[in-house]
Amino acid sequence: MSHFLVVILLFALLALVFGLILGYAAIRFKVEADPIVDQIDALLPQTQCGQCGYPGCRPYAEAVANGDAINKCVPGGEPTINKIADLLGVEPPQGEGPVAAPVKKVAFIHEDRCIGCTKCIQACPVDAIVGAAKLMHTILRQECTGCDLCVDPCPTNCIEMIELPQTPDTWQWELARIPVKVVDKHE
Amino acid sequence: MAFSLAISPHSHSQQTTGRLMRLVLLALLPGLITQWFLFGWGVIFQLLLCGATALATEALVLRLRQRPLTPLFDSSALLTASLLAVALPPLAPWYVAVIGSAFAILVAKQLYGGLGQNPFNPAMVAYVLLLVSFPGDMTGWLPAPGLAEFSVALPDAASAIFTGFTPDGYSVHQLKLAADGTTMATPLDTLKTGLKQGHALADIQAGPTFSHWAGAGWQWINLAYLMGGLFLVATGTIAWQIPVGLLLGLGGAASLAWGLAPDHFALPTLDLFSGATMLGAFFIATDPVTAATTVRGRLIYGLLIGLLVFLIRHFGGYPDGMAFAVLLANIGVPLLDKLTRPKAYGEVR
Amino acid sequence: MNSLLEQIRKGKLWDFHGGIHPEEHKQLSSQTSLLEAGLPPLLVLPLKQHIGSPAELCVQVGDRVLTGQPLTAPSSPMQVPIHASSSGTVVAIEEHTVAHPSGLSEPCILIQTDGQDSWRPRDPWPDYAERGNDELLARIHQAGIAGLGGAGFPTDIKLKGAQAYAQREPLPLLIVNGCECEPYITADDRLMRDEAAAIVEGITLLQQILRPQLTLIAIEDNKPEAIAAIRAQVKNAHTLVKVLPTKYPSGGERQLIEILTGRQVPSGKPPSEMGILVQNVGTLYAIRQAVVEDEPLIRRVVTLTGDRLAQPGNAWVRLGTSVRWLMQRFGLDPEPGQRVIMGGPMMGFTLPHADVPVVKTSNCLLAPSQRSLPSRDEEINCIRCGQCAEACPASLLPQQLYWYSKAGELDTAEQYRLFDCIECGACAWVCPSNIPLVQYYRQAKSQLRNQRQEQAQAERAKQRFADKQQRLEEERLERDRRMQAANEARRAQLKDAGGEDPVAAALARIKAKQAAQAVPTVAEDPIAAAVARAKAKKAAREAEAPEVTPAATADDALANPEASPASEAPAADPRQAAVAAAIARAKAKKAAREADAPEVTPAATTDDAPANPEASPASEAPAADPRQAAVAAAIARAKAKKAAREADAPEVTPAATADDAPANPEASPAAEAPAADPRQAAVTAAIARAKAKKAAREAAADNSAPPVPPSSKESD
Repeated sequence: MSHFLVVILLFALLALVFGLILGYAAIRFKVEADPIVDQIDALLPQTQCGQCGYPGCRPYAEAVANGDAINKCVPGGEPTINKIADLLGVEPPQGEGPVAAPVKKVAFIHEDRCIGCTKCIQACPVDAIVGAAKLMHTILRQECTGCDLCVDPCPTNCIEMIELPQTPDTWQWELARIPVKVVDKHE
Repeated sequence: MAFSLAISPHSHSQQTTGRLMRLVLLALLPGLITQWFLFGWGVIFQLLLCGATALATEALVLRLRQRPLTPLFDSSALLTASLLAVALPPLAPWYVAVIGSAFAILVAKQLYGGLGQNPFNPAMVAYVLLLVSFPGDMTGWLPAPGLAEFSVALPDAASAIFTGFTPDGYSVHQLKLAADGTTMATPLDTLKTGLKQGHALADIQAGPTFSHWAGAGWQWINLAYLMGGLFLVATGTIAWQIPVGLLLGLGGAASLAWGLAPDHFALPTLDLFSGATMLGAFFIATDPVTAATTVRGRLIYGLLIGLLVFLIRHFGGYPDGMAFAVLLANIGVPLLDKLTRPKAYGEVR
Repeated sequence: MNSLLEQIRKGKLWDFHGGIHPEEHKQLSSQTSLLEAGLPPLLVLPLKQHIGSPAELCVQVGDRVLTGQPLTAPSSPMQVPIHASSSGTVVAIEEHTVAHPSGLSEPCILIQTDGQDSWRPRDPWPDYAERGNDELLARIHQAGIAGLGGAGFPTDIKLKGAQAYAQREPLPLLIVNGCECEPYITADDRLMRDEAAAIVEGITLLQQILRPQLTLIAIEDNKPEAIAAIRAQVKNAHTLVKVLPTKYPSGGERQLIEILTGRQVPSGKPPSEMGILVQNVGTLYAIRQAVVEDEPLIRRVVTLTGDRLAQPGNAWVRLGTSVRWLMQRFGLDPEPGQRVIMGGPMMGFTLPHADVPVVKTSNCLLAPSQRSLPSRDEEINCIRCGQCAEACPASLLPQQLYWYSKAGELDTAEQYRLFDCIECGACAWVCPSNIPLVQYYRQAKSQLRNQRQEQAQAERAKQRFADKQQRLEEERLERDRRMQAANEARRAQLKDAGGEDPVAAALARIKAKQAAQAVPTVAEDPIAAAVARAKAKKAAREAEAPEVTPAATADDALANPEASPASEAPAADPRQAAVAAAIARAKAKKAAREADAPEVTPAATTDDAPANPEASPASEAPAADPRQAAVAAAIARAKAKKAAREADAPEVTPAATADDAPANPEASPAAEAPAADPRQAAVTAAIARAKAKKAAREAAADNSAPPVPPSSKESD
């Protein structure tokens, strides 16, 4: 009888000890998990373009966290899909949705055609267009995310998405693509 | 006026991989000649067999992979073949050499992507394959000159390698016999077997396979490789840290063991100048592809191999352990490189 | 630090990790003394020749400029001005290929020289010893001096960094960099030999500003003449000439500091944090010229070398001189596949063509032959030999950086200190596998920088998006609040008035409001009216029978006079009438569209006429706005004109313009001429264009061949 008690006591003691260890570990090594929505949001390009069908990047991040398809981000293109797939540990969907890394573009207002209707200003999700009613508008190039949203509302079709020209500052040493022994261009 | 474009630096040392490989081959010569002198023409045949097979395999694989054949001329396959050839017993049958070098190039090197991509030393991978596949053929070395009952001439070696018998009808097994009719083994093998059978160390070392400080004949081979190795270090072809680390590791462990138990462990010189020690230290462990690349990493890598060689020789099942030690250390290379990253200029850690 | 200075004084030298010894080839250009390259007919001056941003342009095309005259005016310290290198006329300000490895273009000022080289008024300061530090630093900034050693960092910022240190505690070290470790280049060597006195005066100047405890002039031992020349000029116990063993890259700022002090500059920090300032001899010369002679940075010494040049040597070259001109002057005999390298063989870059200007950082133009500098062989697999790590002066692991850069694992590459790489090229020089290692690092670095910029931008976009959402929300709440307040006020008022049933009154009010609303909201904007008209037109066009178009436009013409007369009625608002007409027309069009038979269109348009008068009385608007009427009239006119144009029959035009005539006098005097308000006309045109485009797009969607919008001609 007594060794029954001993056994019970022993196990109770063990349970207590392990419980304490676990409890300590739970507090001491608590992981402040970055909520998945934030992580997904961080991967999205933040163009706030709404082409995914959600009003902005964060809502789409929330939707993805709740199980929506991960391939709806047009400006992010394939790189973003792959990153989200990586993050969520799923296979990137094949052959549908946006593909290929998109070229970075910004909106450009053809000023001779702008009538100052402010429609694009209202459409811009990041307030990258300045102007007032009946006055010419212009794009803040540094703030433009290239989301395309201002193009359709324009009644005079004066907004065009243009590729940013390459400058020595943005050049990425693509010289390596040129073989060292180039065709003899010598005159 | 349009000009050609090029990327800087426009100047180059004109050092090439091929040249490095050929320097190593050149440095192998003294050891090779000593081996030829001691064990006869067998080693030359092994060299030719291995070289031809390796080159043919490399050409075949490159063709299959639809790559240009230029890597054939960088001599790296030839070097792998040579290292394997000098590690094979001189009268090992021809198929051993062929299988070994084909395996080294095909599996250990090209399957990983060719030069520079293989994590394990191809020559040693092949050696280990042969060792476990053909234990009999791989352990029998000829007795050192003066100890052998029969001398092996050029036609004898050729015939023995390709048919298993000399023109006079002696089998390879017979050729391996010592003057006293016992089967001849390498000094390290003799030592291991002797100790296992309970003989006293002094008695074993009194035997004919031993000189007074190392194995008979083998000390000359090791000295020759040491010479070639020093040449490589002097020309900057190999990093000094690996051989230094290896010899320190092996010598240190051996000295310690000898100091603690002189009855069971021979003089450290035996470990340092027997078997494949110098060949391994200067030619095999220093294969840059599979070795660590940082200064400290290389030192640790060398020490690790030295220690492993000592452990395998004295506590493992094989008389020599260079191949296993190198392969085991190869496994640790990525970790070593990661852990030993030097402090960059101005880095604050 | 003091014990360190003591050690330095005693002649102790340290060493840096790695380094290489490439063939020098310096004899080729160092044998002749400095000569004048002369004045080219055209100078091309990039607005930005330094690290930072370009300053504000302050000349115009057509301006005549004098030698030394500033062409840009800095408004911040990171902006460095440029100056006219010689007198002449600004012939263009445009994009031009600049001295950059990309061969891309940047804004440049093109000056046609007049050969006079007449200077702007100068104010030499031989009495610089009496000048204050701020004055001197301002002068250095205004002279446009940026590191002449190659990096092009604004010199006055560097000086101010050191000065800030010197104000806290004495600055221990001023280092004068005369190492010039790159092969082939001898510009500094020659400058030291020929202008030693001026360089030492420049040093004196800096000593005056910074009061360093010790000044070291570091020169590699392969320049004995330069060492002797400088030694002969130095007469100061606190200035030592240090002769360093030749090793590349000892001229790198951080490497030089390690050789001279045995200490390493913390990563990412400027040497001034350690109390050390390093200046290139060329920069010192420029400082001296700027202060003492009031000569801004308009010329520099350029080494012209390489065995394809007939007369290699060093020359004073005006900034902006084209490489073509220099190559002709120094006799380039190009071989097939000739390379011309700006900078040295280790860190220089090849020029795509000869129309590239010499800038502040161009220290060398190298035209080597294939024999002396063979083209790089093809890259082969890395064998992990580790020679690169042995050569690396920054103690990096070039091989690991290479693997990670190549594999696109940029974050890991960064952990391996990618950004501590100084791109000296030592690793690629030793690599037996011919791997262009530096190229991989440069690409990885620029990718990382771009990534980082994109991240920052995404973060900002996120913030701005959130801000906008918040603003909209606040606006909505504010509107709701106002509306509620107004409602309550009204209800209270009604209550006060008493008697009436408030609900009935509200209903009545709502009704009235609705009735009124239809007009004001639409009519407010003449543009809206125009839109309606444009829509009508589009409908007509959509009928897609080309012969219908004249009819539709005729309809416009018809509608217009109808609208205009309405303005005759004193109480009626012509504007509203027009609107109503447009709406009616649009409705009619819609009906027509639904019928979808082209022959219906004329009928629908005829419908307009009766609809109009009915619409007009409905609108009992307050006072007529003469201006609006004018606008409407103008629009109508524009339409008519356009209709005429579209009809494309010349004989229609008179009719349309005739149409104008009656419209005009009826409109208020504000609209004096048909062209009175071109803006409005443009607007209408634009709208019409937009509509047409949309129609075209729709048509394209229908798989029919996209019709050419009639307006496309005008838009150009």
